[in-house]
Amino acid sequence: MTEDRNNRTCQEFQEHLADLIASGEDVSKNPHLQTCANCRALLADLETIAEAARQLFPIEQPKEDLWDRIELAIKKEEGSIQSE
Amino acid sequence: MVGNAAEAEDLTQEAFLQLHRKIATFRGDSAFSTWLHRLAINVVLMHLRKKGLPLMSLDEAMEPTHDDGPGRSFGAPDLSLSGSIDRLALERAVAELPAGYRLIFVLHDVEGYEHNEIAGMLDCSIGNSKSQLHKARLKLRDALRTSLQREGQQ
Repeated sequence: MTEDRNNRTCQEFQEHLADLIASGEDVSKNPHLQTCANCRALLADLETIAEAARQLFPIEQPKEDLWDRIELAIKKEEGSIQSE
Repeated sequence: MVGNAAEAEDLTQEAFLQLHRKIATFRGDSAFSTWLHRLAINVVLMHLRKKGLPLMSLDEAMEPTHDDGPGRSFGAPDLSLSGSIDRLALERAVAELPAGYRLIFVLHDVEGYEHNEIAGMLDCSIGNSKSQLHKARLKLRDALRTSLQREGQQ
């Protein structure tokens, strides 16, 4: 019974977690987390993932000739349309 | 999104070609940047579809799924990721996300767009953007925990 009740509370908390996180409020102060190690671990993991994501895929600058290639491709397409 | 600079450049070129073809259809209903972003995202999604990746259109990508794939987390907190997240493992896990989830995750968590901006780009509700992002993070957590478990067994 205790477990069912606890799980139901976890379920309710987790159903609202997307909104709670997106609201920008400090979710760690949520009353449910004061008594639930499982949901605390879940929140910590999600925060770790979001934090780690900022270090992913460093922005790469395109090659210098990319814009020339694009211009050429557009002119080529315009040329083929006009010749039709 | 594609994990490869040369492919990204080809797609940039394709996006500009599409822009050139379709600019006359821009009616000013949304900001030009939003319209262009949506066009570019569609180019990427089409490309991934051609590569045979499990994919959906942008509209399908933004449909709320009935797939509750990333499990809810009940029971003991047996394996925490905190402090042990491996960048390569995370990159792999992101690459393996279904395209719709990957799109939202990359736009929000990697590139730093807000939900209202993403909703504008993808023509979905803000709530949808929030819930898809949450599901993406849950899927990543599942994948990373599985990878940690595998490492622990070796």
